[in-house]
Amino acid sequence: MHIMEGFLPWQWCLFWYIIALPVVAYGVIQIKKVTDEHPESKPLLAITGAFIFILSSLKLPSVTGSTSHPTGNGLGAVLFGPAAVSVLGAIVLVFQALLLAHGGITTLGANIVSMGIVGPFAAWLVYKGIQKVGGSPSIGIFLAAVIGDWLTYVTTAVQLSLAFPVPTFGSAFVKFILIYAYTQVPLAIAEGLLTVVIFDYIIKLRPDILRTLKVIGPAKTGETAEKSPEVA
Amino acid sequence: MVDKKPVILLLLAVIIVALPLALYNGKGEGYFTGSDDQGSQAIEATGYQPWFNSIWEPPSGEIESLLFAVQAAIGALIIGYVLGYYKGRAKTRKEEELDNHLAASEQDKTELNKNE
Repeated sequence: MHIMEGFLPWQWCLFWYIIALPVVAYGVIQIKKVTDEHPESKPLLAITGAFIFILSSLKLPSVTGSTSHPTGNGLGAVLFGPAAVSVLGAIVLVFQALLLAHGGITTLGANIVSMGIVGPFAAWLVYKGIQKVGGSPSIGIFLAAVIGDWLTYVTTAVQLSLAFPVPTFGSAFVKFILIYAYTQVPLAIAEGLLTVVIFDYIIKLRPDILRTLKVIGPAKTGETAEKSPEVA
Repeated sequence: MVDKKPVILLLLAVIIVALPLALYNGKGEGYFTGSDDQGSQAIEATGYQPWFNSIWEPPSGEIESLLFAVQAAIGALIIGYVLGYYKGRAKTRKEEELDNHLAASEQDKTELNKNE
């Protein structure tokens, strides 16, 4: 999903920066708010950032015969909301642009929009939707992570087809979708499975934080009675 | 009793990632290039020339792998540290609760004895 340095005309670089920056600014405010209100959530924020760090560094083989990397953005979107992930994503993308020549400073805005905004926002919507219809948190996080990963790559394909509609937008879109989104399908599923494992573990260790962040519903009555014997 | 769910999920993830390597085994070179590079090549094929180059590039593939490995290691370190801290914390909390519970029942007993 990384658009390489200089690989977008400057007008598009500017355009995506203008979309990305307000969201990142809002994300910084959101992160400050949540860590002020619930300081105990800070380590969890570190986990979600680190998860993006790991997954976006792993270039995995896909059945299409090319390699691509997962994004790790679904976990953070579900735990802290999409705006917070735009900040975490931006940090990772700056690191990769400066130290790895992967992505770029000129294309940073476009890359933040795909990995830090569209993907996480879709993941967050999916999780909330599944929560609303009463699906289990595991299924919710799985689908959220798969969709968040996959739509990141679809967004890159859209961005490139808009910038290079050669010969037409439609045919360019097919070309870029084949390169990015098609390769990404199995990797998105693998990311979904990994995200379920870490999410389940967090639920097991710290259900209290997830409840204050409203990620999972309130504890069942039997559970609270068991955990606080002093009340009885 | 070990929870089987994470083991099964991790195994599935490994299979998804390892399967392509088996499928393309022996087909020679040229496979498994990065989709990001293919995207850049497709753009260059339209006649576009990038107008800006990276300020610094890793001088070789080895150095690039090194930096990617460092990136993954930093992430793994943080996740391992925090999850380990959470786990230790959950364990001590459970022990403390048990101690309190025992102390409370001891107290009840002594109070009962006093009343008698």
